[in-house]
Amino acid sequence: MSEIAELPEGLWYQPDVDTSQIPAIAGVEAVRSIRVPARVEYLYTPGRAPTRFLRALAEKRIMGERCPVTGKVYVPPRGVSPVVGLPTEEQVELGHRGTVTTFCVVDIAFTGQVTETPFVSALVLIDGADITLHGLIQGIPPADVRPGMRVEAVWVPDDELSTSFENIRWWRPSGEPDVDPDTIREYL
Amino acid sequence: MARNERVAVVGVGQTKYAATRGDVSLPGLLREAVFRALDDAGMAMGDIDAVVLGKAPDFFEGLMMPEPYLADALGAVGKPLLRVHTAGSVGGSTAIVAAGLVEARVHRRVLTVGWQMQSCSEAMWALSLPMPFQQQLVAGAGGYFAPFIRAYMQRSEAPDDIGILVALKDRRNALKNPYAHLHEPDISYDSIKESLMLWDPIRYAETCPSSDGAIAMVLTDEAGGDAAARPPAWVHGMAFRSEPVMAVGRDEVSPLAGRQCAADVYAQAGITDPREQLDVVEMYVPFSWYEPMWLENLGFAEVGDGWKLTEKGVTALDGDLPVNPSGGVLSSNPIGASGMIRFGEAALQVRGQAGEHQVDGARLALGHAYGGGAQFFAMWVVGADKP
Repeated sequence: MSEIAELPEGLWYQPDVDTSQIPAIAGVEAVRSIRVPARVEYLYTPGRAPTRFLRALAEKRIMGERCPVTGKVYVPPRGVSPVVGLPTEEQVELGHRGTVTTFCVVDIAFTGQVTETPFVSALVLIDGADITLHGLIQGIPPADVRPGMRVEAVWVPDDELSTSFENIRWWRPSGEPDVDPDTIREYL
Repeated sequence: MARNERVAVVGVGQTKYAATRGDVSLPGLLREAVFRALDDAGMAMGDIDAVVLGKAPDFFEGLMMPEPYLADALGAVGKPLLRVHTAGSVGGSTAIVAAGLVEARVHRRVLTVGWQMQSCSEAMWALSLPMPFQQQLVAGAGGYFAPFIRAYMQRSEAPDDIGILVALKDRRNALKNPYAHLHEPDISYDSIKESLMLWDPIRYAETCPSSDGAIAMVLTDEAGGDAAARPPAWVHGMAFRSEPVMAVGRDEVSPLAGRQCAADVYAQAGITDPREQLDVVEMYVPFSWYEPMWLENLGFAEVGDGWKLTEKGVTALDGDLPVNPSGGVLSSNPIGASGMIRFGEAALQVRGQAGEHQVDGARLALGHAYGGGAQFFAMWVVGADKP
């Protein structure tokens, strides 16, 4: 293999720290890095459409909004159709069931992870919507999850409902027959 | 109307990429790339008119708006300094913004730098800020892209091991690139196949590493290219495109923005048959299966056929369309630099300066970057001859 170019004049690398000259710390390994936990807290101010969506979630309803030109239903609504640039004003109440379009099985743990691994992260097309959402799938071995599988939302108990998508804990198989994956090919 | 100024790449400088570069500070890391690029161009910092920087979002390093404090280290004090933000594609977009300043005759000599020091923070955490209107699934970038890879595998009916072949090729190419982060001489088809399934269908060994590193390029006008110390690479076309991440009917396996970006850049470069006319491609492949996916998105293969080029060895270093001779993102991934490394490696190839991973006789090369939820694209075509 060819070599890395020499370091240009005027630059140098950090030399290793030599602790041997100071008896009190001789033999101590030099500190190369420290881990500093970081935390960011912020107040989230939803716009009008996310406000409608979040307030409906607190009532255990999933609300989408329709594009005035294409007629397609967006969830969660952001108040505008990204395709035509017009407001999505018509409210559409969606079902509590949906279809898995595609998925992966996550088997790696990260800082801040809330779910035990392995878990299935799927794209779920909620009944009545035209766009998929990321969702956690439970109640079925990961190896049995498949595109076209029908699922239903598992909600938190009614006294824990809040203005958050956390109201839906995960999705589980609904027991209905699978949808032919070819009929949902345009939804990823 | 006067034509645009021709743009030449006259200097490229890279750092050694590594999981942790404990031997340099962030300014020192950037200076390593910058001084090498200036050396390559036969210039000094005083010759530079403006500096254009790019890196991935600040949460990745936990260092907010570092560009003002880097101005001194980059010789940018008193000069225009601009930062570009387009997530993972930022290295490519940054190079295009820098080239645009030359093309529009705003500046004659522009220094452009892309970097990331991933050892400073938890990039995966930075990617997972909780929002109240979506489910909290901390799954990392692989968890985001793996479902689309699965969809591609199903649509194309590709054999299960195409991703293994891509990873094997790129990691072997990296052995010829002294700057690459991962040098794994013992890697084999079986070792990749047996590596942990992190985001089924993505295995550990089919995933990019987290790297520290920087790349810099010196771009000049036509006169600068004519007078360059070494053969320059000439920019034949460049474009970026983006699309909304959540739009009904969006195809995340082959995004429209990518197809349109490629069509634009090929039209500028006079390319009608990319497979035939381009000699080498440096493509943004952070997960192995993106090679066949982008081969289709970029027009090198018909829809559903990208994997056949990989399987037949067409994209190998000795194939007729080498893809990622440098080892690619799969072998080195300082995120904010990764796109510019693709652009810089494309330039090195047509300049004949790529060292052991040089593709013989490369005259025209594509550099490609993507980012975000596969919604940002940046590409350029560079050639040994003037456009």
